[in-house]
Amino acid sequence: MKRHLISAADLSRGDALLILDTAEELASLADRPIKKLPTLRGRTVVNLFFEDSTRTRISFEAAAKRLSADVINFSAKGSSVAKGESLKDTALTLEAMGADAVVIRHSASGAAHRLAGWVRGSVVNAGDGTHEHPTQALLDAFTIRRRLVGRGGLGGRGGLGGKASPQDRGDPGGSSPRGGTALDGIRVTIVGDVLHSRVARSNVLLLSTLGAEVTLAAPPTLLPLAVDTWPCAVSYDLDTELPKSDVVMMLRVQQERMTAAYFPSVREYSRRYGLDAARMARLPEHAIVMHPGPMNRGVEIAAEVADSVRSTIVEQVANGVTTRMAVLYLLLGGTEFPEVAP
Amino acid sequence: MGATRHPVAGRDGLAVLDAEEIRRALTRIAHEILERTHGGGEVVLLGIPTRGVPLARRLAARIGEFEGLEVPCGSLDVTMHRDDLRLRPARALGRTDLPASGVDGKTVVLVDDVLYSGRTVRAALDALTDPGRPQAVQLAVLVDRGHRELPIRADYVGKNLPTSQREVVHVLLAEVDAQDAVMISDEGK
Repeated sequence: MKRHLISAADLSRGDALLILDTAEELASLADRPIKKLPTLRGRTVVNLFFEDSTRTRISFEAAAKRLSADVINFSAKGSSVAKGESLKDTALTLEAMGADAVVIRHSASGAAHRLAGWVRGSVVNAGDGTHEHPTQALLDAFTIRRRLVGRGGLGGRGGLGGKASPQDRGDPGGSSPRGGTALDGIRVTIVGDVLHSRVARSNVLLLSTLGAEVTLAAPPTLLPLAVDTWPCAVSYDLDTELPKSDVVMMLRVQQERMTAAYFPSVREYSRRYGLDAARMARLPEHAIVMHPGPMNRGVEIAAEVADSVRSTIVEQVANGVTTRMAVLYLLLGGTEFPEVAP
Repeated sequence: MGATRHPVAGRDGLAVLDAEEIRRALTRIAHEILERTHGGGEVVLLGIPTRGVPLARRLAARIGEFEGLEVPCGSLDVTMHRDDLRLRPARALGRTDLPASGVDGKTVVLVDDVLYSGRTVRAALDALTDPGRPQAVQLAVLVDRGHRELPIRADYVGKNLPTSQREVVHVLLAEVDAQDAVMISDEGK
């Protein structure tokens, strides 16, 4: 693993599987009466949120607290940033406070990357502009694996009957897969506002690393320019993609980031690219419906679809805490990374 | 545990226990557990990954053979409770799988392959505090190689193996390594 998690492209297949396998083991913690581990005691995790976010911030906070880390929440509103402090000065302040990890959400693409050059701790990108949101992609991959591939790791939750893999104990680098399964051959269709979606970009990168076949289904105006260089297929017609999808991932129409008219009307968008009950019926029997949240019910997803048994939306939130625990543990749990010269 | 890194194929190690001897040692430990716990009624076997887990399962099977008793058997990963986490990069986690009956009021027998510094066992005792309050905790190991760094001892020992700290003890088990053997080798060279 690298020292920072800025982009899903930073993760090799081995790294990604290690995170998913670790999350799988940590998931059992949620069933126990005491949901806490002492592993990151004395470490400080700063949540640096320049953009509004409820679920991601709470999710990171819960993850850090379950590992016994100290959490400092910093939101731009009502802070020194509102008084005009620059990102760099904020970073230096955090540095002086001794943050071991900084979780950053920022409206500017590349903010996490810049921050990584200024602080000594690990930087975790929790969404930068329209660029990336790697932990969301990890939790989506984790959700897909649990639902469709079966539990990874050492032969299922039964554990007792499972065969431990011989690589299990060694490899202090921890970078090799431990026999956990990837997502080879799973067909994922990502639908909607790809242009403004950091979730889509991170998912395309991570899911293709894990062997899934990703298709983007969106109106041409909502696809980024360089989409032909992404490791995925592109379609303008949702209805032809549905019958061959194992996973449909609906994206929120990000009206707050839209500076121009990308489609004639919300109603027309919803009719062509929204997932309603009739469209859901075209999906294969086993297929699941995902949404990174927050949802616009009635725009990209109909209420009856969001609340159906196929929807993994609530599960994704629970898996988010587990996956982020795995990321924090793998970044902070071991040796400190060799210091870089300032 | 540093003492049981990957065995390297073709390494000229010295086999100190062969498959038969491992079988006999486990049979004896199973009898001792039954004796010491007055029939094993409240016993829960918890293996410490990796190789403690198959050992715990074998002990449970033996106890089942002797007494027709089904002993709950599980695994307890101690990675998150180790005191040497910061000395190495973050390592992969093993599986924790506690029996549905829980550990409250039971006699938990921790099972591991090699007892060396005692730090793994200390971590295991910590890992046990959150899931419940056992009535007693005991320790069974296949090999005790000495060099303790903490005041910890085993209740059931397959073989006491005096070693030098330069040496490395490898426990090979069929479930993990396709054969049963305990090897000792000199890592110094």
